[in-house]
Amino acid sequence: MAQGIDRGRTGLPGGKPKYSIFSLARNAASYHQDWQRAWRAPEPKKEYDAIIIGGGGHGLATAYYLASVHGMTNIAVVEKSWLGGGNTGRNTTIIRSNYMWDESAAIYDHALKLWEGLTQDLNFNLMFSQRGVLTIAHSWGELREMSRRVHAIRLNGIDSDVLTPEEIKAKVPLINIDQSIRYPVMGGFLQKRGGTARHDAVAWGYARAADDLGVDIIQNCEVTGMIRKGGAIAGVETTRGTIKAKKVGVVVAGHCSVLGEMADIRLPIASRPLQALVSEPIKPELDTVIMSNAVHMYISQSDKGEMVLGAGVDKYNSYAQRGSFPVPEHMIAAAVELFPILSRLRMLRHWGGIVDTCPDASPIISKTDVKGLYFNCGWGTGGFKATPGSGHVFADLIANDRPNKIAAPYALDRFQTGLLIDEHGAAGVAH
Amino acid sequence: MFKSSSKNHSGGDMRLASGGRINRDKPLQFTFDGKTYGGYEGDTLASALIANGVHLVGRSFKYHRPRGIMTAGSEEPNALIRLGEGAKIEPNIRATQIELYPNLKSESQNRWPSLNFDLGAVNSVVARMLPAAFYYKTFMWPASMWMTYEHFIRKAAGLGKAATDHNDPDRYEKTNAHTDVLVVGGGASGLMAALSAGRAGARVILADEQNEFGGWLLSESDTTLDGHAADRWIADAVAELEAMDNVTMLKRTTVFGYMDHNYLTMMERVTDHLGETPKHMPRQKMWKIRAKHVVLAQGTHERPLVFGGNDRPGVMLSSAVRSYITRYGVAPGRRAVVVTNNDDAYRTALALVDAGVYLRAIIDMRPAPATPLVSEAMRRGINVYTSHALVDAEGTRHVGRAKVARINPKDGSITGDAFYLDCDLVAMSAGFTPIVNLHSQARGKLDWDDQQLCFRPSTYHEAAQCVGASNGIFDLGDAMADGAKAGAAAATAAGFKGSDAKAPQVDAPVQDYRPLALWKVVSDANPGAGPKAFIDFQNDVTASDIKLAVREGYHSVEHVKRYTTNGMATDQGKTSNINALGIIADQLDDKIPNVGTTTFRMPYTPASFGGIAGREIKGLFDPIRGTRMDQWHHDHGATFEHVGQWMRAWYYPQSGESMDDAVQREVKAARTTAGLLDASTLGKIDIRGKDAAEFLNRVYTNAWLKLPVGRCRYGLMLKDDGMVMDDGVTSRLGENHFHMTTTTGGAAGVLDWLEEWHQTEWPELEVYMTSVTEQWSVSTLSGPNAKKIMNKLGCSVPLDDENFPFMSFKDATLAGLPVRIFRISFTGELSYEINTPARLGLALWKNIMAAGEEFGITPYGTEAMHVLRAEKGFIIVGQETDGSVTPQDLGMDWIVSKKKDDYIGKRALERASMSLDNRKQLVGLVTENPKDIIPEGAHAVLDPNQPMPMEMLGQVTSSYYSPNLGKSIAMALLKGGHKMMGETVYFPMIDGQPPIKATITDTAFYDPKGEKING
Repeated sequence: MAQGIDRGRTGLPGGKPKYSIFSLARNAASYHQDWQRAWRAPEPKKEYDAIIIGGGGHGLATAYYLASVHGMTNIAVVEKSWLGGGNTGRNTTIIRSNYMWDESAAIYDHALKLWEGLTQDLNFNLMFSQRGVLTIAHSWGELREMSRRVHAIRLNGIDSDVLTPEEIKAKVPLINIDQSIRYPVMGGFLQKRGGTARHDAVAWGYARAADDLGVDIIQNCEVTGMIRKGGAIAGVETTRGTIKAKKVGVVVAGHCSVLGEMADIRLPIASRPLQALVSEPIKPELDTVIMSNAVHMYISQSDKGEMVLGAGVDKYNSYAQRGSFPVPEHMIAAAVELFPILSRLRMLRHWGGIVDTCPDASPIISKTDVKGLYFNCGWGTGGFKATPGSGHVFADLIANDRPNKIAAPYALDRFQTGLLIDEHGAAGVAH
Repeated sequence: MFKSSSKNHSGGDMRLASGGRINRDKPLQFTFDGKTYGGYEGDTLASALIANGVHLVGRSFKYHRPRGIMTAGSEEPNALIRLGEGAKIEPNIRATQIELYPNLKSESQNRWPSLNFDLGAVNSVVARMLPAAFYYKTFMWPASMWMTYEHFIRKAAGLGKAATDHNDPDRYEKTNAHTDVLVVGGGASGLMAALSAGRAGARVILADEQNEFGGWLLSESDTTLDGHAADRWIADAVAELEAMDNVTMLKRTTVFGYMDHNYLTMMERVTDHLGETPKHMPRQKMWKIRAKHVVLAQGTHERPLVFGGNDRPGVMLSSAVRSYITRYGVAPGRRAVVVTNNDDAYRTALALVDAGVYLRAIIDMRPAPATPLVSEAMRRGINVYTSHALVDAEGTRHVGRAKVARINPKDGSITGDAFYLDCDLVAMSAGFTPIVNLHSQARGKLDWDDQQLCFRPSTYHEAAQCVGASNGIFDLGDAMADGAKAGAAAATAAGFKGSDAKAPQVDAPVQDYRPLALWKVVSDANPGAGPKAFIDFQNDVTASDIKLAVREGYHSVEHVKRYTTNGMATDQGKTSNINALGIIADQLDDKIPNVGTTTFRMPYTPASFGGIAGREIKGLFDPIRGTRMDQWHHDHGATFEHVGQWMRAWYYPQSGESMDDAVQREVKAARTTAGLLDASTLGKIDIRGKDAAEFLNRVYTNAWLKLPVGRCRYGLMLKDDGMVMDDGVTSRLGENHFHMTTTTGGAAGVLDWLEEWHQTEWPELEVYMTSVTEQWSVSTLSGPNAKKIMNKLGCSVPLDDENFPFMSFKDATLAGLPVRIFRISFTGELSYEINTPARLGLALWKNIMAAGEEFGITPYGTEAMHVLRAEKGFIIVGQETDGSVTPQDLGMDWIVSKKKDDYIGKRALERASMSLDNRKQLVGLVTENPKDIIPEGAHAVLDPNQPMPMEMLGQVTSSYYSPNLGKSIAMALLKGGHKMMGETVYFPMIDGQPPIKATITDTAFYDPKGEKING
């Protein structure tokens, strides 16, 4: 467990019965009729100390840390649909922290340190699996870029190993390292602490633990307006009535511009579709998460046995959770190129989500011109891996009304000052 | 009638003596789990296995329960097969979709050591400990053990095993097609739609996933059309359609994706049914269709009833039983029980009786059905138990008896003593679900039909129409009329004069299509304690699991799905969705439409990755671009490197030379005599128009309006965020005509960028841009002897500095070839970039090499080019820059106009942080030990002994050994670097070596005053 991170009150201190092999056995005896609800379905109160808009992973994590670290328990999460239904429930579940810029490394490694032990913190098995994330280089230019990353990452105290094509083949027997292919595998770097987690479980685990601490999670409650008084936030209008609060945190990936507009805040955000797909399940063949920029795809095999594939965002703006066919078409060709075994497997399911991207491909974690109104958005394709870290620093920002050292670089004013954290340069698709 | 009379359900010949659409003249052999069986052409693997008395074909995902064949179509959840041999193996293929071919090899999956004796079945014993989502509640202690637990979870999960030989020998094709009308599904209503549209003259594509057209009509023996057996009408319709030039008929073709603007994708399985793929044919072909109008005639899926043991081999969908009897000529059992909540299963009961199967009884959950079919069953002496339900289908590896009890049909409670019926077949029906998958993919909306208990299409987002059963119209005559009408309307909408094809006179049993609305599982056990009643068969999700999820607060249908994995199996909920919704609604005391549906997504049924990738793999994954001189480079031993899509000559090793040796030799030659570089890959854009100069003035940071004709100028292009995006030399060919060069990798992006600005921001400017990269071959001759070689080649223009100064160009002839010579230099030496029409490039190159031979001219590759420019401190965009570097950071303030009103990036450069002292700035580095070459990407620190995370100044962008200087040189972007001249920095190594010590210098390492530019 990492030093220096305040993980708050962990392990369901609110008194919910805990999950364990013993509780399973006990409940088996009563044919599972007596399991407690994972979370309540409360009616919204008239007023809370703080409202989090958005019941995805980041929003629920924010609420959980507000309650567990900062002791703010009179708070609510309002979600327009079902919790975890946005990008939390539709990503490719990759977790890593091997980012190049110091600011990025700081927040993603903060998140990774929270991931380590989160299952126990929340008493919910998130299936956080540190099976390693291997990024592959296909040209000398990419190898140079990789070297830069590895040096920076290592000096940031984050694990990263350089692998030769032969070492890659030994680790990932499925991969094609034939040097005569169009973009041969020329090397790679591995973050052993990286891996995957069960995405839905993250939302549910945070929701159950937040509920345990008294947080009201209100689903099917859409925010329709922001109430302001004298330059400060006073509450929100929702489809289930007015809810007052002096602090409101907005965490609505995919629609943050829409929420921003309600408070006359224009965000430097473009919303675009991101697509992913899975194969039919097969017996385990791929233990490591593989990412490739040049051929533009990433792949892992889920615990269920499905090959999970993703690639870059579609190039047009959209709020529809669907993309254009050429993207998966190219992604699949790339995957077959690197993993010829895939040719005779079949696509089982394909889906899309909407990612909010900033011009510098880094998120916004920020106060706004409206006092008490905070935004956490713009995670682009990199949001899932950041979930605990994002919630942790955003809760800190809301509770203290000032960003901590990790969150500070992500303030909105960087688009005025030009102090961007440009992950475009070396990021490519690699999220 | 059976040919043999064996009573053993687990073996024997179940083939009926006559009937079916199999070709009894073409017997075939196949193997399943190593054992050889016989079947006929026209069989599916499923029908052939059933004909051989084989029902147990797989083990379930979680509990490893024995599983048999449940359906006769693409919705099959159980009978997943590992098909083929060696490199052709495909896992998870549905036996119901595999057409039998000679010597087919198939295996069961997810069992060890064998299908009959599967150790995994121990899970069934401890099943009580494994309710839905149990894995979220355990395996948490100790934390360090998770990876071990997970290892075993992963091994237990997964379905089939992929091929061990990974090189797919088959070929896949793609094709694009436009059509007026796409008809999806070639059953009764689809054929009618195609007839209407085809007769109107519209271009029609009719696609059906099966091996022949006709759909469920092929499985009905009790139906006549215009007084003839249904297959005669089908044959006539198909023959008429096939005779039409405007109609394309595609069998074995699944429409799997429906995207915006009536763009659909389909996979044609061209040769899968042959076993061997003929060399000249692809295995599969993906069609990408743009249709003016789409008619969706996908039919229905029958729903299983939810009762204890409903997954037992021998328990099948009622319609599937009928299909096996009528279409395939096999009896799926000898002693059958039919259990239903609707009329349709009575037709199966009658078909069973007609086939000579001993029908024990019809168990009808409805209280008092009084329809013609019920009367007919009674008239024929069939035992009909109304207000009864099946409580448990008992047996081990096969159903052996059915436990039946009287119920109250209103609430499903048991009202009488249970009794048993021996049987080896249970045909079940819980009603029909219109197939609306593609409709929903295309964002069509659904309405709940409270009478027929199904979702029906309501509104459409695309130009499409669902017809027949997929439109909730189950009566055959009505469905066919519906199809005819939609086909005509589609043709009309596409600009033809469509009229409804006349539907045939249908004579079929009259049915009541309203099933009993009872979602509760009938059970005499305590809640949660009864036999497992399955909803999602493949994922082993039971009714209890769904209820548990709801009890635990997972109320959204999406939560239930994700928590229990219901509907997430390879059949994607085709048989499970509505049953699950019914149970959720019951549990929440709500109505099904309020519970909602999950989103249907592509693909309708799984589509092969090979088919989607098509031929865009291997050599065709991405085109390789090459220059006209590449063959020469190959012939002279060049090694190549990737630069974007190009392969460029990297260096030319002579025998025995290492890369370093070769590069140093090339670098030296360019400085001491002459070097020749193939620079053809450089991006080139022809820019014309009366506003061309103004346009350049806006996209480059420096001034362009006054550049004289005949002169060249270096320019930096910024993104709107002020960061360097590309660079290059642009020359003024005429008053309104420029020749721009870009970086090799950036060419396409730059043209894109220029077009975007022109088209979206400055449409008023008259300027035209054309990529001419491929039109010119470029040989760059560089070095002190360059001029001598040019003269020797008979250059038609004077080369003295007055007539042909640095940064100018001339049109000329050289070695008798037309050329445009640019006097520009990326090496710092006297240099000529000689452009010639592409086709003459090789001739020019050879001429220059020949003329230079006496001077020791040396071809040099991109690596030497990099060293040469680094010696001069010239940047390479993408190496010294990464999208976060301004011209000022690069020490290139001189190229940023202070006078211009505006240019792209100007406003961004005025932001506060752009002038901060601690920005990363480009500096030179000289290592303490001249032989130490700092790895590119290494990061500088002031104190190499500080703890992690270290305070980093920045990274090395370029680093080489300079043979001309006799020492290592590097460039780096370091925080505040411009004010650190002469200071010492350290570079910690990641390979465990001691840090490298270096001094910060200017970047102009060689000839800092530029004295060599004129030779």
